[in-house]
Amino acid sequence: MTPGGYADKWLEVDLSKDKIKEVEFSDEILEQYFGGRGLMAKVLWDKVGEKYPDLDPLAPESPFMVFTGPMTGIYPGSRIGISGKSPVSMGTVGSTASTEFANEIKQAGYNGVTFTGKADKPVYLLITDDGAEIMDAGHLWGLDGEKTLIKLNKEVKEELTKRKPNVGLWKEPGMIYIGPAGENMVRNAAVITKICHACGYGGYGSLMGSKNLKAVVAKGRGSLPEVDAPEAAKLLWKRTHEHLMSKTAFRRNGTGYAGYSVGAETSSEPIRNWQEEWHDEKSMGGPMFENRFWVKKKWADFNCTQNCMKVSCIMTGRFKGDITDMPDYELQAYCGTNFGIFDPEENVHLSALMDKLGHSGINGPNTMAYAVELHQRGILNDDDFGFKPSWGDVDTFDKLAHMMAYREGIGDVLAEGTYRAAFKIAEMKGLKPEELLKYAVQVKGIEVGAHGTRSDADYTHDISYAASVQGGDHTSVAVDGYMDMSGAVFTDSAVFCNFTYYGVPQSLVFDFAKAITGFPITIESWRRETGPRIVTLQRAFLMMGGPDLEWKPVEDDDNPPRFYEPLPSGPYKGKTTDKELVDTKLQAYFGTLGWDERGIPTKETLKKLDLGFLEKSMSKLR
Amino acid sequence: MPHLCSQCMDYPCVESCPVDALSVDPTYGAVIVDREKCTSCGDCIRACPGTVPFLHPGDNKATICDLCGGEPKCVEVCTEAGYNALTIVNEGPNINRKLYSRNPVDTAKDLAVKFFGEKGLEVIE
Repeated sequence: MTPGGYADKWLEVDLSKDKIKEVEFSDEILEQYFGGRGLMAKVLWDKVGEKYPDLDPLAPESPFMVFTGPMTGIYPGSRIGISGKSPVSMGTVGSTASTEFANEIKQAGYNGVTFTGKADKPVYLLITDDGAEIMDAGHLWGLDGEKTLIKLNKEVKEELTKRKPNVGLWKEPGMIYIGPAGENMVRNAAVITKICHACGYGGYGSLMGSKNLKAVVAKGRGSLPEVDAPEAAKLLWKRTHEHLMSKTAFRRNGTGYAGYSVGAETSSEPIRNWQEEWHDEKSMGGPMFENRFWVKKKWADFNCTQNCMKVSCIMTGRFKGDITDMPDYELQAYCGTNFGIFDPEENVHLSALMDKLGHSGINGPNTMAYAVELHQRGILNDDDFGFKPSWGDVDTFDKLAHMMAYREGIGDVLAEGTYRAAFKIAEMKGLKPEELLKYAVQVKGIEVGAHGTRSDADYTHDISYAASVQGGDHTSVAVDGYMDMSGAVFTDSAVFCNFTYYGVPQSLVFDFAKAITGFPITIESWRRETGPRIVTLQRAFLMMGGPDLEWKPVEDDDNPPRFYEPLPSGPYKGKTTDKELVDTKLQAYFGTLGWDERGIPTKETLKKLDLGFLEKSMSKLR
Repeated sequence: MPHLCSQCMDYPCVESCPVDALSVDPTYGAVIVDREKCTSCGDCIRACPGTVPFLHPGDNKATICDLCGGEPKCVEVCTEAGYNALTIVNEGPNINRKLYSRNPVDTAKDLAVKFFGEKGLEVIE
């Protein structure tokens, strides 16, 4: 019997041998790592162990995990967690996306799946109440995201009806899949779900592609798992809803109004590969999107109170028929202003294109804008591209997105992600990597989310990215090694949405977690024990790195060079990130988490957090 | 997508049942399933214009909304959560009723076309 909130089993799929088995974890492990991001990191260690630095993330033996958490489906805002050894940061990232897949897999009786091996031909995994099976996906390989979803949806429904014709109408199954970018192992490709939702950070799309795994589909007809204290959970559920229903900002605007406001008001929006962070382009205003493209203003995934998704569709003109959500702020910035594009229609088109091709809407465009800046600086020339790229030109980025996804021409280099592309281009042009890295806006290989640190007016500050174990991930930023442990580290492990977490008193949510699982969880225990345990394990992975790159402690625990250039325009002109402050706070962050001055966890810390198994690997690094 | 029993005037499901397991609640007009008699043949599912009934994953018997004996739980929970999307409407027999009994796929198609124009048909495929 698993504790409350967990379905009975986890699946382990060996794609090389076509073998599927069911596994369980002890209550102790579940209490220590909870689920999602935490548990996936632990499973990765169990599978790989001290050989971690030698593991190529895109090799068949590299595990790829798709896990839910104990609170998924019960707490508002269900999400699916994805992890493994990241092909971009070489550490681990707990990447999540909002989808009914999470509920379906839990209702089918499984908490998650661990994939290893490599299928000899394209396959997808179908999970139903009767177990899981590997299905042929030859006819899906090469299709873009939207077509994959449509085809698979139809096919799976037909298959299920054929198997059980009597049960009534089979409703839409949940699924996660990859587009051409994932198939061609573009390092920062995303795992996509529901046309426009993506697990972007970490580049796990390429991991799926390397396994010849096109999709994971789940349809469960059972109920969600029992909780430990149903009466308490019911009461807390009601209280949570009281808080969430009173928050109207996301329900009204989503994040679709921020494309203007973040740039104009807080000067932290990337423009032309972060050369500027301020703009006053009224054309990027929320109403320009809302009035023109929002065909559905309230669209929530199952069990969501926030409704932050607004469906956008281009009805006329050149890009007719493109569908995306909003686009949300991140994609307004990365597929808009960061390309120098301030036209909502082109922005919607490029956002939809990224989803179709299976790019991560943040990381892929970051690399494309990086390439165009190198052209602006004269490092890359027209011949490298095969055309003349320019800022603000939708065709440039349309072409680049395709070239990257299919690894054509310069796209083959860019498909390695911003950090690796810098080295490759340096080699190509006979330059020093440092000369190119100064334009690369990434932290530990992970391209930075669309919130800058220079103006200090946004929620991201000095060490937000520098100290984070997930690099440039804007959804899980470092604060002080204490506060942040009950933030994204918790929500990614319990696997529910950040947006249904804001505005609810944290103590209430932790009581909820306790009522669901029955574990003695408090906000304090997460901040002092469970959170640091997960983050320390992730830090250990990140520092072990390998096989082709290793991060230097402290030196690489820093913002990208661009974040130290003064802002060239806007109300915050001249302001920049304070390097001294970063250094001081970084040391404080390490200290709080019990890591030494180089950010390597000390022996005592490992012992305290029950991470003794890391000692041998860490002593090598010290 | 709302996909519930709309209590058709002619009750094709009740008529289709070979073992008389289905009956109509005299007060609320809901279809009541006798779980003892039901043989899971699926005839009611095929008879329904909206494919509303389904076999319950637990006992594998036909399941149709019985309006919770006049106090629907779904309305209760919706109010509790603060959405207030569902409310109880008392109404008499109405010939338009049957219009609601549609297959959700058809309704979805209509909606998709409304949202996305021509693209809608392709998306919903």
